[in-house]
Amino acid sequence: MATIEAGGLRKTFGTTVALDGIDLRVEEGRILGLIGPNGAGKTTALNAILGLTPYQGKLRVLGRDPWNERDQLMQDVSFIADVAVLPRWIRVTHLLDYVAGVHPRFDRTKAESFLAKTTIKRTSKVRELSKGMVAQLHLALVMAIDAKLLVLDEPTLGLDILYRKQFYDSLLNDYFDHSRTIVVTTHQVEEVQDVLTDLMFINRGRIVLECSMEEFDSRYVEVMVNPEHVATARALKPIHERPVFGRSVLLFDHVDRDQLAALGEVRRPSIADLFVAVMSNNANQPQPSHEVTAHQGTTAR
Amino acid sequence: MNTSPNNTPGSTRVSDPGYSRSSTQPFYWSVRRELWENRSIYAAPLIVAVVVLFGFLVSTVGMPQRRQAVLLLDPAHQRAAIGAPYDMAAMMLIFTAFIVGVFYCLDALHSERRDRSILFWKSLPVSDLTTVLSKASIPFVILPLVIFGIIVLVQFLMLLWSSAILLPSGLAATTWTRFHLFQQSVILLYSLIVIVLWHAPIYGWALLISGWARRATFLWAVLPLLAIGVLEKFAFDTSHFAAMLKDRLFGAADTAFAFQPHRGVAIDSLAQLTPGRYLSTPGLWVGLAFAAAFVAIAVRQRRYRGPI
Repeated sequence: MATIEAGGLRKTFGTTVALDGIDLRVEEGRILGLIGPNGAGKTTALNAILGLTPYQGKLRVLGRDPWNERDQLMQDVSFIADVAVLPRWIRVTHLLDYVAGVHPRFDRTKAESFLAKTTIKRTSKVRELSKGMVAQLHLALVMAIDAKLLVLDEPTLGLDILYRKQFYDSLLNDYFDHSRTIVVTTHQVEEVQDVLTDLMFINRGRIVLECSMEEFDSRYVEVMVNPEHVATARALKPIHERPVFGRSVLLFDHVDRDQLAALGEVRRPSIADLFVAVMSNNANQPQPSHEVTAHQGTTAR
Repeated sequence: MNTSPNNTPGSTRVSDPGYSRSSTQPFYWSVRRELWENRSIYAAPLIVAVVVLFGFLVSTVGMPQRRQAVLLLDPAHQRAAIGAPYDMAAMMLIFTAFIVGVFYCLDALHSERRDRSILFWKSLPVSDLTTVLSKASIPFVILPLVIFGIIVLVQFLMLLWSSAILLPSGLAATTWTRFHLFQQSVILLYSLIVIVLWHAPIYGWALLISGWARRATFLWAVLPLLAIGVLEKFAFDTSHFAAMLKDRLFGAADTAFAFQPHRGVAIDSLAQLTPGRYLSTPGLWVGLAFAAAFVAIAVRQRRYRGPI
């Protein structure tokens, strides 16, 4: 049984199509990054997975129908939306009491030991904590829940670099093991590049790219092309070209690495570079005559 | 369900290490959560209680002389005069509970959407039914119990104080023999049940609106009702709807108690309680049916609700 299985998942708000028939399969033990521009449908997809919104099409999460079985599903699923969802009026001790009182898989001692590593006082109200501390508190709660699936929707939005780094470090070191699954959406792609096992780009309600990180590393190669080889390199049909310090950096998909090494300096592309490439190609798709690299190519020397 | 534990390949962990649903009490903790969030549920009645006690304290200046005069009246008027401050205190506190209950309900399903915490509550294994029922239990169960305790305490303190004031003139017993605290507590409990059942559709309506309206829940709850009343007046020159609302607010006492002529609203005997007549009032059952429907809609509606 896959952790998440969706077929033809569709969701519309009036005439706006938020999810346009998504097929998705996330296996146990994966860390999937769902990357897309604002309004691409990421949050809608997560809301459907969490049973927060009705949808059309087929969707099973841990074998359950999220919309009709949300409360049972939440015994095995944890969820952190952007930092500000903990109720501001509640005291830290009361929050622990409440979660311990309603969640059969919550281990209070574990949560207490995570909190002991922070400066959060038990008697504080959430409104008295800084944004970073609220994120730590929420993470401590979630890490103390023995869940099978953790969903993170922009979990580090608005946090400073220290908290952001710490957030993913704790998650990987103290929480993740191969019987859990994590789905994360974020705009901070650079900080999740080495965290993810799978990558998915979503745009206008459709999946535009889907690959594992091993596949990402073997398929995509970025080359800082020596000026004399630019024409040769362009002939190999790069999926994207951008100028860096007056030199051209070309991104290739499925092109032989040795062949590229002869043209310049070969590098591992960042998810952000691939994202820009895929999104700008995606944006150009309605005009088929438009050459893929044209608008970037003209700016390069 | 197709969530059989042998369906998880690759999982080496024990599928269910001794966790059981029975060890958690979502309803109990959800009610406690409401009390943490809404301290006005007990704070407001306590403040009113303090004010009432202070007012009583002031009114007892010169009490021994007035008590002498009261004792010259016939027994019915004696009870009315001596019991009046106690009945007044109870009524003020019951009115406070009603106001607190209505405003609590108007906010109950709105504040969690306003501060986005609904996303956190929905990330926990607590059903919408449990959540809404725990919120409904505040005006239906918790507030009546709180207010019962506070009223009995306030009346007891008033009795003690008046006894202390009257002790030097040897009249201390005259209050206790005319205001029977235990019997009055039974009457009070009955009254609270009668009132809360009668007001049930009001609380249900407020809960429904708090889960539905994006803002200004009070206006959404009240203005449509006023509009219907005004339209009816203009269209048919009748005021059945307004009469119905008035009956819903104040009508419980008409059937639940048998008021004695010449004694005003004082209820000082168990014989004046008429539960049979109250329970056979169609208005009670129609109201309860509406309340149940409003709460059911509020439960269903919360499934669709996210932050606003």
